[in-house]
Amino acid sequence: MIKYAYYPGCSLESTNKAYDISFRAIMYHLGIAMKDIDDWNCCGATAYISLSENMAFTVSARNLAIAEKSGATDVIAPCAACYLTLRKAHEYMMEYPEIYAQVNSALNKIGLSYEGTIKVKSPLEVIIDDVGLDKVRIAVTNPLKGLKVACYYGCQLVRPRHVFDDPEEPVKFEELMKTIGADPVYFPFRVRCCGSSTILTYEQQALRMSKNVLLSAKREGADIIATACPLCQINLDAYQRRIEKEFKIKLNMPVVFFSQLVGLALNYKYKEMALDKSIVSPKKVLEPYLHSQEEVKEGK
Amino acid sequence: MSREDEKNSINMLEEGIYISPKFEKDLLPEFELSREFFEEIYSMPGGEKVKECIQCGTCSGSCPSSYLMDHSPRQIFAMIRAGMRKEVLESNTMWYCTSCYYCYVRCPAGIKITDVMYALKRFALKDKDMKVPDNRPVRFMECFSAMVKRYGRNCEAIFTILYYLSTNPFRMLKHAVMGIKLFIRGRMPLIPKKIKGADDVKKLMEYVEEMER
Ligand code: SF4
Ligand code: SF4
Repeated sequence: MIKYAYYPGCSLESTNKAYDISFRAIMYHLGIAMKDIDDWNCCGATAYISLSENMAFTVSARNLAIAEKSGATDVIAPCAACYLTLRKAHEYMMEYPEIYAQVNSALNKIGLSYEGTIKVKSPLEVIIDDVGLDKVRIAVTNPLKGLKVACYYGCQLVRPRHVFDDPEEPVKFEELMKTIGADPVYFPFRVRCCGSSTILTYEQQALRMSKNVLLSAKREGADIIATACPLCQINLDAYQRRIEKEFKIKLNMPVVFFSQLVGLALNYKYKEMALDKSIVSPKKVLEPYLHSQEEVKEGK
Repeated sequence: MSREDEKNSINMLEEGIYISPKFEKDLLPEFELSREFFEEIYSMPGGEKVKECIQCGTCSGSCPSSYLMDHSPRQIFAMIRAGMRKEVLESNTMWYCTSCYYCYVRCPAGIKITDVMYALKRFALKDKDMKVPDNRPVRFMECFSAMVKRYGRNCEAIFTILYYLSTNPFRMLKHAVMGIKLFIRGRMPLIPKKIKGADDVKKLMEYVEEMER
């Protein structure tokens, strides 16, 4: 029986395929088996809960129910918004019997039910707490020595509950970056909000929030920002040119997923980690680590 | 003030809802409605905590959007307790909330502030007499649920196009270059995938809608 059920989420299917590709690769490399949740549906993110709480929990619970039925005990949700939404659905069902009953009565209509045995986890949690940093350290063959990485947690990975790490002063992401040889830099905005989906509704506000994050990382001398949330990646990467124009600043700060950097350290190629999908190209700052790959190849 | 009203207001005081005498006169006609409003908020999961707000302002100080809000989160809690239903539900406060949960983890009274913001959105949408200050977030949610009802998943490209068409099509032009850049990198698949259980998802959503009507 495979312990981990994988919930990619809508964004990893389209705008952030890079996260999906790189995360699957490193899990495979580290020898952790996971199985996609069969025919999963959108978790509803922050949209449903603003319409109806029950709707939000029910739609999320369909995924948990399918995972539970397949015999999995943990669900891995790479997108921070999915992670929070699924976990919240689970927690509220466990905490409030009315919600539990309501959600299950809806699920019964389509022949499902959710008992509540699933643990929802983020990829960082799985790699750091379940797999363990020692195992990662042994697997690293291309350490990213001297790469100054700003670890951007964002909001929904560490809040609202103290599950994976401290909600305001988390440390585990940095530990992982140290393990793969990189040099994490502390920057004040690392747990601040990038503006998330308000980029579509209140663009100015979201751009300003993203600018703060980017600028803060730049000021602390980071070469690259690593994130674990697809929404953050889009806001900081795809909108970066707009931000530069809007606020008349020069940033040129590549933003990639932590899994892409880990993959690189495990000696996967630049393209294999889909690093070419970033809008602000990380090629220049990652150049030194690509060279050593070439040497390895030639040396063979 | 009639005896009945007096008794009512004493009851409310006992429940921890403070109504200043100055407002009391204007509020009396709305008394019943406001009462429902508190009850709705109190009865949501964790909502009873709202009574325990000590007006410390930690939430407003932590909120990245409070400078744009009509009333900061702290003010909203005071207004909820003062029964200012219309002012609360017609404000832009909850619509500017980005769900960052900063206030939530810091509130010394343990109020699930972000959840209250969601609840306020729901109440504002449900009450047709309330004017929502801006229709963009509403369109956002409508387009989102339309996508999921149809396909079971959200195709971001189509969703974004739908959303801009329903709000401000010209804004889409501004993003054309970015869209193309994403597209070239294979990050903008334009064909939504329909899941096998799309009908099941639709059934679930309609069932819940029916139950809540
Ligand atoms: S942080 Fe909590 S207790 Fe303080 S003002 Fe805000 S809601 Fe009230
Ligand atoms: S969750 Fe909403 S109200 Fe609370 S700090 Fe964040 S944006 Fe402000």
